[in-house]
Amino acid sequence: MDGVDERAGGVAVLPCGDRALLLELADPGAVRAVAAALQRDPLADQEEVVPAARTVLVRLGRPPRDADVRAVRDRALVDPVEGPPPGEVALPVVFDGPDLAEVAERTHRSTGQLVEALTATEFTVAFTGFTPGFGYLTGLPDELHVPRRATPRTRVPAGSVGLAGPYAGAYPRASPGGWQLVGRTDAVLFDVDRDPPALLVPGARVRFRAC
Amino acid sequence: MLTVLAPGPLATVQDRGRPGWASIGVPRSGAADRAAHDLANRLVGNAPDAATVEVTAGGLRVRAERAHLVAVTGAPAPLAVDGRTVPVNAPFTLPAGGELALGVPRSGLRSYLAVRGGVDVPPVLGSRSTDTLSGLGPEPLRAGQALAVGGLAAEEPVVDVAPVAGPVDAPLLRVLPGPRRDWLEDDAWRALISQEWAVTADSDRVGLRLGGPVLRRARDGELPSEGLVPGALQVPPDGAPVLFLVDHPVTGGYPVLAVVATADLPAAAQLRPGDRLRFRSA
Repeated sequence: MDGVDERAGGVAVLPCGDRALLLELADPGAVRAVAAALQRDPLADQEEVVPAARTVLVRLGRPPRDADVRAVRDRALVDPVEGPPPGEVALPVVFDGPDLAEVAERTHRSTGQLVEALTATEFTVAFTGFTPGFGYLTGLPDELHVPRRATPRTRVPAGSVGLAGPYAGAYPRASPGGWQLVGRTDAVLFDVDRDPPALLVPGARVRFRAC
Repeated sequence: MLTVLAPGPLATVQDRGRPGWASIGVPRSGAADRAAHDLANRLVGNAPDAATVEVTAGGLRVRAERAHLVAVTGAPAPLAVDGRTVPVNAPFTLPAGGELALGVPRSGLRSYLAVRGGVDVPPVLGSRSTDTLSGLGPEPLRAGQALAVGGLAAEEPVVDVAPVAGPVDAPLLRVLPGPRRDWLEDDAWRALISQEWAVTADSDRVGLRLGGPVLRRARDGELPSEGLVPGALQVPPDGAPVLFLVDHPVTGGYPVLAVVATADLPAAAQLRPGDRLRFRSA
Protein backbone atom coordinates (compact mmCIF):
# COMPACT_ATOMS: atom_id res chain seq x y z
CA MET A 1 0.00 0.00 0.00
CA ASP A 2 1.27 3.47 -0.90
CA GLY A 3 1.05 6.71 0.97
CA VAL A 4 0.44 5.22 4.36
CA ASP A 5 2.92 7.41 6.19
CA GLU A 6 1.00 10.62 6.21
CA ARG A 7 -0.63 13.07 8.54
CA ALA A 8 -4.39 12.93 8.38
CA GLY A 9 -6.62 14.86 10.75
CA GLY A 10 -3.88 15.19 13.39
CA VAL A 11 -3.09 11.49 13.04
CA ALA A 12 0.20 10.23 11.63
CA VAL A 13 -0.51 6.85 10.02
CA LEU A 14 2.64 4.72 10.18
CA PRO A 15 3.25 1.45 8.33
CA CYS A 16 3.27 -1.69 10.47
CA GLY A 17 3.49 -4.71 8.19
CA ASP A 18 0.71 -6.27 6.12
CA ARG A 19 -2.00 -6.63 8.77
CA ALA A 20 -1.88 -3.43 10.83
CA LEU A 21 -1.58 0.33 10.98
CA LEU A 22 0.02 2.34 13.76
CA LEU A 23 -1.68 5.67 14.43
CA GLU A 24 0.42 8.29 16.20
CA LEU A 25 -1.54 10.99 18.00
CA ALA A 26 -0.82 14.32 19.62
CA ASP A 27 -1.63 13.45 23.24
CA PRO A 28 -3.10 10.75 25.52
CA GLY A 29 -6.56 12.30 25.27
CA ALA A 30 -6.52 11.91 21.48
CA VAL A 31 -5.33 8.31 21.91
CA ARG A 32 -8.33 7.51 24.11
CA ALA A 33 -10.74 9.31 21.77
CA VAL A 34 -9.50 7.57 18.59
CA ALA A 35 -9.32 4.16 20.29
CA ALA A 36 -12.89 4.60 21.54
CA ALA A 37 -14.08 5.74 18.09
CA LEU A 38 -12.50 2.66 16.49
CA GLN A 39 -14.09 0.35 19.06
CA ARG A 40 -17.47 1.94 18.43
CA ASP A 41 -17.13 2.11 14.65
CA PRO A 42 -14.54 -0.45 13.52
CA LEU A 43 -12.69 -0.47 10.21
CA ALA A 44 -13.58 -3.34 7.86
CA ASP A 45 -12.05 -6.60 9.19
CA GLN A 46 -10.68 -4.85 12.28
CA GLU A 47 -9.49 -7.47 14.78
CA GLU A 48 -7.93 -5.53 17.60
CA VAL A 49 -7.27 -2.00 18.85
CA VAL A 50 -4.26 -1.48 21.12
CA PRO A 51 -4.07 1.98 22.70
CA ALA A 52 -0.68 2.93 24.16
CA ALA A 53 1.06 6.11 25.34
CA ARG A 54 0.94 8.08 22.09
CA THR A 55 -0.28 5.55 19.57
CA VAL A 56 -3.17 3.29 18.66
CA LEU A 57 -2.33 0.02 16.89
CA VAL A 58 -5.13 -1.27 14.66
CA ARG A 59 -4.80 -4.95 13.73
CA LEU A 60 -6.73 -6.06 10.66
CA GLY A 61 -7.62 -9.41 9.13
CA ARG A 62 -6.39 -8.19 5.71
CA PRO A 63 -3.72 -5.86 4.27
CA PRO A 64 -4.29 -2.16 5.02
CA ARG A 65 -5.43 0.05 2.15
CA ASP A 66 -5.54 3.75 1.35
CA ALA A 67 -9.24 3.87 2.26
CA ASP A 68 -8.26 2.98 5.85
CA VAL A 69 -6.27 6.20 6.15
CA ARG A 70 -9.35 8.20 5.16
CA ALA A 71 -11.53 6.17 7.52
CA VAL A 72 -9.12 6.78 10.40
CA ARG A 73 -9.06 10.50 9.67
CA ASP A 74 -12.86 10.60 9.68
CA ARG A 75 -12.97 8.94 13.07
CA ALA A 76 -10.28 11.25 14.47
CA LEU A 77 -12.26 14.30 13.38
CA VAL A 78 -15.52 13.20 14.95
CA ASP A 79 -16.18 14.78 18.34
CA PRO A 80 -15.88 12.26 21.13
CA VAL A 81 -19.24 10.73 21.91
CA GLU A 82 -20.28 10.95 25.54
CA GLY A 83 -19.89 7.36 26.61
CA PRO A 84 -20.98 5.89 29.91
CA PRO A 85 -19.16 7.62 32.79
CA PRO A 86 -15.80 5.93 33.38
CA GLY A 87 -15.65 3.59 36.34
CA GLU A 88 -14.01 4.64 39.59
CA VAL A 89 -11.70 2.35 41.50
CA ALA A 90 -10.44 2.94 45.04
CA LEU A 91 -7.29 0.84 45.32
CA PRO A 92 -6.37 -0.09 48.91
CA VAL A 93 -2.60 0.38 49.25
CA VAL A 94 -0.22 -0.35 52.11
CA PHE A 95 2.58 2.18 51.61
CA ASP A 96 5.58 0.17 52.77
CA GLY A 97 7.40 -0.39 49.45
CA PRO A 98 11.17 -0.94 49.39
CA ASP A 99 11.69 2.26 47.36
CA LEU A 100 9.32 4.51 49.36
CA ALA A 101 12.10 6.28 51.28
CA GLU A 102 14.22 6.74 48.15
CA VAL A 103 11.30 8.19 46.18
CA ALA A 104 10.51 10.55 49.10
CA GLU A 105 14.12 11.71 49.17
CA ARG A 106 14.28 12.18 45.39
CA THR A 107 11.09 14.23 45.47
CA HIS A 108 12.25 16.28 48.49
CA ARG A 109 9.57 15.34 50.99
CA SER A 110 8.96 13.04 53.91
CA THR A 111 7.46 9.61 53.33
CA GLY A 112 4.29 10.89 55.05
CA GLN A 113 4.07 13.79 52.61
CA LEU A 114 4.69 11.44 49.68
CA VAL A 115 1.85 9.14 50.77
CA GLU A 116 -0.38 12.19 51.22
CA ALA A 117 0.43 13.40 47.70
CA LEU A 118 -0.19 9.97 46.18
CA THR A 119 -3.52 9.46 47.91
CA ALA A 120 -4.61 12.98 46.88
CA THR A 121 -4.00 12.22 43.19
CA GLU A 122 -6.82 11.24 40.87
CA PHE A 123 -5.31 8.84 38.34
CA THR A 124 -6.71 7.75 34.98
CA VAL A 125 -5.93 4.41 33.34
CA ALA A 126 -4.34 5.61 30.10
CA PHE A 127 -3.72 2.16 28.64
CA THR A 128 -2.74 -1.35 29.70
CA GLY A 129 0.03 -3.65 28.63
CA PHE A 130 3.26 -5.18 29.91
CA THR A 131 1.27 -8.01 31.52
CA PRO A 132 -2.47 -8.77 31.50
CA GLY A 133 -4.28 -6.23 33.67
CA PHE A 134 -1.29 -3.91 34.19
CA GLY A 135 -2.76 -0.40 33.89
CA TYR A 136 -0.55 2.59 33.16
CA LEU A 137 -2.01 5.29 35.46
CA THR A 138 -1.59 8.92 34.42
CA GLY A 139 -2.25 12.01 36.53
CA LEU A 140 0.88 11.88 38.69
CA PRO A 141 1.99 15.48 39.45
CA ASP A 142 5.24 16.42 37.67
CA GLU A 143 7.14 16.73 40.95
CA LEU A 144 6.49 13.04 41.67
CA HIS A 145 7.96 11.75 38.41
CA VAL A 146 10.92 9.49 39.18
CA PRO A 147 13.05 7.47 36.76
CA ARG A 148 12.94 3.68 36.65
CA ARG A 149 15.49 1.87 38.78
CA ALA A 150 18.88 1.68 37.06
CA THR A 151 18.84 -2.09 37.53
CA PRO A 152 15.43 -3.77 37.29
CA ARG A 153 14.46 -6.26 39.97
CA THR A 154 14.34 -9.83 38.70
CA ARG A 155 11.16 -10.43 40.69
CA VAL A 156 8.56 -7.90 41.75
CA PRO A 157 5.84 -9.50 43.91
CA ALA A 158 2.21 -9.50 42.72
CA GLY A 159 0.27 -6.50 44.06
CA SER A 160 3.32 -4.21 44.16
CA VAL A 161 2.47 -0.55 43.51
CA GLY A 162 5.17 1.43 41.71
CA LEU A 163 6.10 4.65 39.97
CA ALA A 164 8.08 5.17 36.74
CA GLY A 165 8.34 8.45 34.86
CA PRO A 166 4.87 9.95 34.42
CA TYR A 167 3.13 6.69 35.40
CA ALA A 168 1.94 4.81 38.44
CA GLY A 169 0.95 1.14 38.23
CA ALA A 170 0.27 -2.08 40.13
CA TYR A 171 1.69 -5.50 39.19
CA PRO A 172 -1.12 -8.06 38.67
CA ARG A 173 1.33 -10.94 38.97
CA ALA A 174 4.93 -11.44 40.02
CA SER A 175 7.31 -10.47 37.23
CA PRO A 176 10.63 -8.77 36.62
CA GLY A 177 10.29 -5.00 36.83
CA GLY A 178 12.12 -1.70 37.06
CA TRP A 179 9.49 0.49 38.68
CA GLN A 180 10.12 2.26 42.01
CA LEU A 181 8.00 0.32 44.49
CA VAL A 182 6.13 2.47 47.01
CA GLY A 183 3.53 0.02 48.32
CA ARG A 184 1.33 -2.98 47.71
CA THR A 185 -2.34 -3.74 47.21
CA ASP A 186 -4.34 -6.87 47.88
CA ALA A 187 -6.91 -5.95 45.21
CA VAL A 188 -7.40 -8.66 42.57
CA LEU A 189 -6.09 -6.83 39.52
CA PHE A 190 -6.72 -9.56 36.97
CA ASP A 191 -9.10 -12.52 37.09
CA VAL A 192 -9.97 -14.45 33.92
CA ASP A 193 -13.30 -15.47 35.46
CA ARG A 194 -14.40 -11.87 36.00
CA ASP A 195 -16.03 -9.60 33.42
CA PRO A 196 -14.06 -7.55 32.59
CA PRO A 197 -11.01 -9.58 33.69
CA ALA A 198 -8.95 -6.43 34.37
CA LEU A 199 -9.81 -4.25 37.39
CA LEU A 200 -8.09 -1.26 35.76
CA VAL A 201 -9.53 -0.72 32.28
CA PRO A 202 -8.58 2.19 29.99
CA GLY A 203 -10.44 5.34 30.95
CA ALA A 204 -11.19 4.29 34.54
CA ARG A 205 -10.45 6.78 37.34
CA VAL A 206 -8.31 5.42 40.17
CA ARG A 207 -7.46 6.64 43.67
CA PHE A 208 -5.06 5.07 46.15
CA ARG A 209 -6.56 4.61 49.61
CA ALA A 210 -3.92 4.22 52.34
CA CYS A 211 -4.55 1.29 54.66
CA MET B 1 -8.59 -39.61 25.67
CA LEU B 2 -4.84 -39.50 25.20
CA THR B 3 -2.32 -40.09 27.96
CA VAL B 4 0.96 -38.19 27.78
CA LEU B 5 3.80 -40.63 28.37
CA ALA B 6 6.58 -38.07 27.70
CA PRO B 7 6.21 -34.43 26.63
CA GLY B 8 9.66 -33.95 25.07
CA PRO B 9 11.44 -30.62 25.66
CA LEU B 10 8.20 -28.58 25.49
CA ALA B 11 4.70 -29.52 24.40
CA THR B 12 1.77 -27.15 24.81
CA VAL B 13 -1.89 -27.03 23.83
CA GLN B 14 -2.51 -24.41 21.13
CA ASP B 15 -5.36 -23.10 19.04
CA ARG B 16 -5.81 -19.87 17.10
CA GLY B 17 -5.20 -17.82 20.25
CA ARG B 18 -7.19 -15.18 22.13
CA PRO B 19 -7.72 -12.15 19.90
CA GLY B 20 -9.62 -9.16 21.20
CA TRP B 21 -8.05 -8.77 24.66
CA ALA B 22 -4.96 -6.73 23.79
CA SER B 23 -6.47 -3.53 25.16
CA ILE B 24 -6.28 -5.04 28.67
CA GLY B 25 -2.78 -6.37 28.09
CA VAL B 26 -3.54 -9.95 27.02
CA PRO B 27 -1.36 -11.25 24.15
CA ARG B 28 -2.99 -13.20 21.34
CA SER B 29 -0.72 -16.26 21.61
CA GLY B 30 -1.88 -19.38 19.72
CA ALA B 31 -0.07 -21.86 17.47
CA ALA B 32 3.35 -20.50 16.45
CA ASP B 33 3.09 -22.11 12.99
CA ARG B 34 -0.54 -21.33 12.33
CA ALA B 35 -0.47 -22.89 8.85
CA ALA B 36 0.74 -26.26 10.17
CA HIS B 37 -1.77 -26.14 13.05
CA ASP B 38 -4.65 -25.40 10.65
CA LEU B 39 -3.53 -28.18 8.31
CA ALA B 40 -3.44 -30.70 11.17
CA ASN B 41 -7.03 -29.80 12.05
CA ARG B 42 -8.15 -30.10 8.42
CA LEU B 43 -6.54 -33.53 8.04
CA VAL B 44 -8.63 -34.96 10.89
CA GLY B 45 -11.77 -33.00 9.96
CA ASN B 46 -11.78 -30.63 12.93
CA ALA B 47 -13.46 -27.27 13.23
CA PRO B 48 -10.90 -24.43 12.74
CA ASP B 49 -11.00 -23.47 16.43
CA ALA B 50 -10.04 -26.96 17.67
CA ALA B 51 -6.86 -27.18 19.76
CA THR B 52 -3.80 -29.24 18.82
CA VAL B 53 -0.60 -30.13 20.66
CA GLU B 54 2.40 -28.02 19.64
CA VAL B 55 5.45 -30.24 20.05
CA THR B 56 8.81 -28.45 20.28
CA ALA B 57 11.81 -30.42 18.95
CA GLY B 58 9.94 -33.74 19.03
CA GLY B 59 10.11 -36.18 21.93
CA LEU B 60 6.36 -36.43 22.57
CA ARG B 61 4.93 -39.87 23.32
CA VAL B 62 1.20 -40.39 23.84
CA ARG B 63 -1.03 -43.44 24.31
CA ALA B 64 -4.59 -43.59 23.01
CA GLU B 65 -7.08 -44.85 25.60
CA ARG B 66 -9.52 -45.57 22.77
CA ALA B 67 -9.09 -45.38 18.98
CA HIS B 68 -8.60 -41.84 17.67
CA LEU B 69 -8.00 -40.36 14.24
CA VAL B 70 -4.83 -38.23 14.48
CA ALA B 71 -2.39 -36.37 12.20
CA VAL B 72 1.00 -34.71 12.68
CA THR B 73 2.11 -31.69 10.63
CA GLY B 74 4.77 -28.97 10.78
CA ALA B 75 8.35 -29.97 11.51
CA PRO B 76 8.64 -33.49 10.01
CA ALA B 77 9.36 -35.56 13.10
CA PRO B 78 9.89 -39.28 12.46
CA LEU B 79 6.60 -40.88 13.60
CA ALA B 80 6.05 -44.35 14.96
CA VAL B 81 2.94 -46.13 16.20
CA ASP B 82 4.00 -49.03 18.42
CA GLY B 83 7.35 -48.95 16.66
CA ARG B 84 5.92 -48.97 13.13
CA THR B 85 6.69 -45.92 10.96
CA VAL B 86 3.77 -43.73 9.87
CA PRO B 87 3.85 -40.66 7.59
CA VAL B 88 3.49 -37.01 8.56
CA ASN B 89 0.88 -34.75 6.93
CA ALA B 90 -1.57 -37.64 6.67
CA PRO B 91 -4.37 -38.75 8.99
CA PHE B 92 -4.15 -42.22 10.56
CA THR B 93 -5.95 -44.13 13.27
CA LEU B 94 -4.19 -44.54 16.56
CA PRO B 95 -5.75 -47.76 17.92
CA ALA B 96 -6.91 -48.16 21.51
CA GLY B 97 -3.78 -48.76 23.61
CA GLY B 98 -1.56 -47.69 20.69
CA GLU B 99 1.46 -45.53 21.41
CA LEU B 100 2.51 -42.66 19.11
CA ALA B 101 6.09 -41.43 19.38
CA LEU B 102 7.59 -38.35 17.72
CA GLY B 103 11.36 -38.38 17.10
CA VAL B 104 13.49 -35.29 16.64
CA PRO B 105 12.46 -33.47 13.44
CA ARG B 106 14.93 -33.60 10.54
CA SER B 107 14.22 -29.93 9.89
CA GLY B 108 12.14 -27.29 11.61
CA LEU B 109 11.24 -27.02 15.28
CA ARG B 110 7.50 -27.32 15.90
CA SER B 111 5.20 -30.22 15.00
CA TYR B 112 1.42 -30.25 15.53
CA LEU B 113 -0.55 -33.26 16.69
CA ALA B 114 -4.26 -33.00 15.93
CA VAL B 115 -6.81 -35.48 17.21
CA ARG B 116 -10.29 -35.69 15.71
CA GLY B 117 -12.55 -33.71 18.08
CA GLY B 118 -9.74 -31.45 19.29
CA VAL B 119 -7.74 -31.43 22.52
CA ASP B 120 -10.18 -30.41 25.23
CA VAL B 121 -8.84 -28.32 28.10
CA PRO B 122 -10.85 -25.56 29.81
CA PRO B 123 -10.68 -22.40 27.67
CA VAL B 124 -9.33 -19.22 29.27
CA LEU B 125 -10.66 -15.98 27.77
CA GLY B 126 -12.01 -18.00 24.86
CA SER B 127 -8.83 -19.92 24.00
CA ARG B 128 -7.13 -23.17 25.03
CA SER B 129 -3.66 -21.84 24.13
CA THR B 130 -0.77 -21.80 26.57
CA ASP B 131 0.65 -18.29 26.58
CA THR B 132 4.23 -18.72 27.78
CA LEU B 133 4.68 -14.97 28.33
CA SER B 134 1.66 -14.11 30.44
CA GLY B 135 1.02 -17.53 31.97
CA LEU B 136 -2.58 -17.79 30.70
CA GLY B 137 -3.99 -21.12 29.57
CA PRO B 138 -2.94 -24.63 30.59
CA GLU B 139 0.50 -25.54 31.91
CA PRO B 140 2.83 -27.26 29.43
CA LEU B 141 2.11 -30.98 29.14
CA ARG B 142 3.60 -33.34 31.75
CA ALA B 143 4.23 -37.07 31.72
CA GLY B 144 1.20 -38.95 33.03
CA GLN B 145 -1.27 -36.22 32.11
CA ALA B 146 -4.62 -37.21 30.59
CA LEU B 147 -5.71 -35.16 27.58
CA ALA B 148 -9.45 -35.21 26.98
CA VAL B 149 -10.70 -35.19 23.39
CA GLY B 150 -13.48 -32.72 22.64
CA GLY B 151 -16.42 -32.48 20.29
CA LEU B 152 -15.04 -30.10 17.70
CA ALA B 153 -15.13 -32.63 14.86
CA ALA B 154 -16.60 -31.24 11.65
CA GLU B 155 -17.36 -33.24 8.50
CA GLU B 156 -15.48 -36.48 7.88
CA PRO B 157 -12.00 -35.76 6.55
CA VAL B 158 -11.52 -36.48 2.87
CA VAL B 159 -7.82 -35.74 2.44
CA ASP B 160 -5.50 -38.74 2.64
CA VAL B 161 -2.26 -36.83 2.54
CA ALA B 162 -1.33 -33.19 2.18
CA PRO B 163 1.62 -32.60 -0.14
CA VAL B 164 3.31 -29.79 1.78
CA ALA B 165 6.93 -28.76 1.62
CA GLY B 166 8.67 -29.07 4.97
CA PRO B 167 10.55 -26.24 6.62
CA VAL B 168 13.49 -25.08 4.47
CA ASP B 169 17.01 -24.41 5.66
CA ALA B 170 18.08 -20.76 5.67
CA PRO B 171 14.71 -19.32 4.62
CA LEU B 172 14.34 -15.96 2.92
CA LEU B 173 11.65 -14.02 4.80
CA ARG B 174 9.87 -11.06 3.22
CA VAL B 175 9.81 -7.86 5.28
CA LEU B 176 7.71 -4.72 5.07
CA PRO B 177 8.64 -1.36 6.59
CA GLY B 178 7.96 -0.98 10.29
CA PRO B 179 6.76 2.21 11.96
CA ARG B 180 10.13 3.37 13.32
CA ARG B 181 12.59 3.03 10.47
CA ASP B 182 13.56 6.66 11.16
CA TRP B 183 14.82 5.76 14.64
CA LEU B 184 17.63 3.73 13.08
CA GLU B 185 20.60 4.69 10.94
CA ASP B 186 19.90 4.87 7.20
CA ASP B 187 21.98 1.76 6.56
CA ALA B 188 19.97 -0.39 9.03
CA TRP B 189 17.34 -1.43 6.48
CA ARG B 190 20.04 -2.26 3.94
CA ALA B 191 21.94 -4.29 6.52
CA LEU B 192 18.76 -6.13 7.44
CA ILE B 193 18.03 -7.27 3.88
CA SER B 194 21.59 -7.80 2.65
CA GLN B 195 23.22 -9.70 5.51
CA GLU B 196 22.78 -13.21 6.82
CA TRP B 197 21.35 -13.59 10.33
CA ALA B 198 21.57 -16.38 12.87
CA VAL B 199 18.98 -17.44 15.44
CA THR B 200 20.58 -17.32 18.90
CA ALA B 201 19.91 -19.71 21.78
CA ASP B 202 17.89 -17.03 23.57
CA SER B 203 14.81 -17.71 21.39
CA ASP B 204 11.37 -19.09 22.19
CA ARG B 205 7.65 -18.60 21.44
CA VAL B 206 7.98 -14.93 22.43
CA GLY B 207 10.58 -14.20 19.80
CA LEU B 208 13.82 -15.00 18.02
CA ARG B 209 16.88 -13.04 19.05
CA LEU B 210 19.06 -12.64 15.98
CA GLY B 211 22.82 -12.43 15.67
CA GLY B 212 24.40 -10.49 12.81
CA PRO B 213 25.47 -6.93 12.09
CA VAL B 214 24.73 -4.37 14.80
CA LEU B 215 21.83 -2.11 13.78
CA ARG B 216 22.60 1.36 15.06
CA ARG B 217 20.15 3.91 16.42
CA ALA B 218 19.85 7.26 14.64
CA ARG B 219 18.54 8.97 17.75
CA ASP B 220 18.74 8.77 21.51
CA GLY B 221 15.88 8.95 23.92
CA GLU B 222 13.08 6.60 24.83
CA LEU B 223 10.25 5.64 22.55
CA PRO B 224 6.97 5.53 24.49
CA SER B 225 5.65 1.96 24.54
CA GLU B 226 3.46 1.11 21.55
CA GLY B 227 1.47 -1.84 20.25
CA LEU B 228 3.36 -4.74 18.66
CA VAL B 229 2.44 -7.23 15.95
CA PRO B 230 3.79 -10.75 15.34
CA GLY B 231 6.71 -10.54 12.92
CA ALA B 232 7.84 -7.16 14.26
CA LEU B 233 11.64 -6.77 14.15
CA GLN B 234 12.38 -4.67 17.20
CA VAL B 235 15.83 -3.20 17.78
CA PRO B 236 16.90 -2.91 21.44
CA PRO B 237 19.78 -0.58 22.41
CA ASP B 238 22.37 -3.36 21.87
CA GLY B 239 21.51 -3.34 18.14
CA ALA B 240 20.63 -7.07 17.92
CA PRO B 241 17.08 -7.36 16.53
CA VAL B 242 14.32 -9.48 18.03
CA LEU B 243 11.80 -11.07 15.65
CA PHE B 244 8.58 -11.40 17.64
CA LEU B 245 6.53 -14.59 17.41
CA VAL B 246 3.06 -15.41 18.80
CA ASP B 247 3.66 -14.91 22.54
CA HIS B 248 5.04 -11.39 21.99
CA PRO B 249 4.17 -8.73 24.57
CA VAL B 250 1.20 -6.53 23.69
CA THR B 251 3.36 -3.39 23.74
CA GLY B 252 7.06 -2.64 23.51
CA GLY B 253 9.29 0.37 23.92
CA TYR B 254 12.04 -0.22 21.35
CA PRO B 255 11.79 0.89 17.71
CA VAL B 256 10.38 -1.58 15.18
CA LEU B 257 12.44 -1.39 11.97
CA ALA B 258 10.52 -3.90 9.87
CA VAL B 259 7.69 -6.43 10.00
CA VAL B 260 7.88 -9.93 8.50
CA ALA B 261 5.09 -10.69 5.99
CA THR B 262 2.27 -12.66 7.60
CA ALA B 263 2.64 -15.46 5.04
CA ASP B 264 6.25 -16.00 6.16
CA LEU B 265 5.58 -16.20 9.91
CA PRO B 266 5.16 -20.00 9.84
CA ALA B 267 8.68 -20.32 8.39
CA ALA B 268 10.00 -18.01 11.13
CA ALA B 269 8.31 -20.18 13.78
CA GLN B 270 10.17 -23.24 12.49
CA LEU B 271 13.65 -21.76 12.99
CA ARG B 272 15.90 -23.40 15.55
CA PRO B 273 18.73 -21.86 17.54
CA GLY B 274 21.75 -21.84 15.25
CA ASP B 275 19.67 -21.69 12.05
CA ARG B 276 20.49 -19.07 9.43
CA LEU B 277 18.02 -16.78 7.68
CA ARG B 278 17.85 -13.81 5.35
CA PHE B 279 15.33 -11.08 4.71
CA ARG B 280 14.21 -9.45 1.49
CA SER B 281 12.04 -6.43 0.84
CA ALA B 282 8.46 -7.52 0.08
